[in-house]
Amino acid sequence: MSGKLKILTNGLLKENPSLRLVLGTCPTLAVTTLAVNGLGMGLAATFVLICSNIAISALRKIIPDKVRLPAYITVIATFVTVLQMLVKAYLPSLDSALGIFLPLIVVNCIILGRAEMFASKHGILDSALDGLGMGLGFTLTLMVMGSIRELLGAGTLFGVQIMPASVDPMTVFITPPGGFFVFGCLMALVIWIETKTNNRIPRKMGCEGCPAKGACAGGCESGAQAAEGGEA
Amino acid sequence: MAASLAMIFFSMILVNNYVLVQFLGICPFLGVSKKLDSAFGMSCAVIFVMALATAATWPIYTYILEPQGLAYLQTIVFILVIAVLVQLVEIIMKKYMPPLYKALGVYLPLITTNCAVLGVTISVIDEGYNFVESLVCAVGAGFGFMLAMVLFAGVRKRLEDAKPPKCFEGLPITLVSASVVSLSFMGFGGIIENIFGA
Repeated sequence: MSGKLKILTNGLLKENPSLRLVLGTCPTLAVTTLAVNGLGMGLAATFVLICSNIAISALRKIIPDKVRLPAYITVIATFVTVLQMLVKAYLPSLDSALGIFLPLIVVNCIILGRAEMFASKHGILDSALDGLGMGLGFTLTLMVMGSIRELLGAGTLFGVQIMPASVDPMTVFITPPGGFFVFGCLMALVIWIETKTNNRIPRKMGCEGCPAKGACAGGCESGAQAAEGGEA
Repeated sequence: MAASLAMIFFSMILVNNYVLVQFLGICPFLGVSKKLDSAFGMSCAVIFVMALATAATWPIYTYILEPQGLAYLQTIVFILVIAVLVQLVEIIMKKYMPPLYKALGVYLPLITTNCAVLGVTISVIDEGYNFVESLVCAVGAGFGFMLAMVLFAGVRKRLEDAKPPKCFEGLPITLVSASVVSLSFMGFGGIIENIFGA
């Protein structure tokens, strides 16, 4: 049972998708202008993550190795479409807040990454737990980001006025530059804690950090090498 | 007509810059912007794929999905069309245009799951643009991506010599400097209306 618990908690801190694996950066920066939007985006991604992990894990012996990436994308896109319909029907305010980032969950690397790294190798229950853990880790980061930006940028938290009226809100924090800034500082804080507790991990960006790099037929690998050695 | 097209084009580059204002395509922006050459090559490939993807998905949506009442299949159809298209372009380029393949082809697989490409195809539909406007919008978004990449490659070059606090080294300081570059783009707000607005 402790093994199952470990899978669940793995995504929360040890392999937190946004801050440690640096996946899904675009929604992390874009939708976190309000804490509630961060929460909504996180839960939406969690839903897709759990469903796609279960489906891919169940189909893992049927999907041929060579076409696994297109197959995963189709499965993920299907669940994103289901999610889009549900959100449009029951949470129209969230739909307008997330806008284009709702359909863009399809290309969120966390989901494709977990399909490739975890669901394609593990059983259905484990994959569901992994999806839940990773999703909650993502939600947690988004909510923290959203809370900081909403508190500093608008003086509220989940829509409730927190800052005294005499303090002028620093609007820059809910603008795009504020997103980059808060994420940078948050990551610096996490790295500082990691250094103190001696488990710092290198952050990878681009192709070398891409969880699906093994699946894109080596083209990705050579692309990255050419990109790195482009100047030589 | 020409004025409205120019307005779309320049607002995609300066005001609604995909990377710095709308947060689309952050992964390649942070990953491939270390060197000017690779930043430029990647951006050329992105402009090409964005234009091609929009040229393919706009007619599919307008003439097939919409009339048949299948608009809800938009996400799944678009991502598959883009994935197939990129593969196809890669194969054709490799066979018939080896020099071009050498310059751009290496970046193509990186682009398939780039959210900026899917983003532009969906947003031109949401905006209700016609075919020409959509293409201009896609190319503009691509050039905006290029501008951000090339500018940021220069910023990162300077960053290499900087000595930030230990915990800011690497990605955090890159994000903070991206914030400053993004801040400078905020200055363009309203410029388009002032130039083209009647």
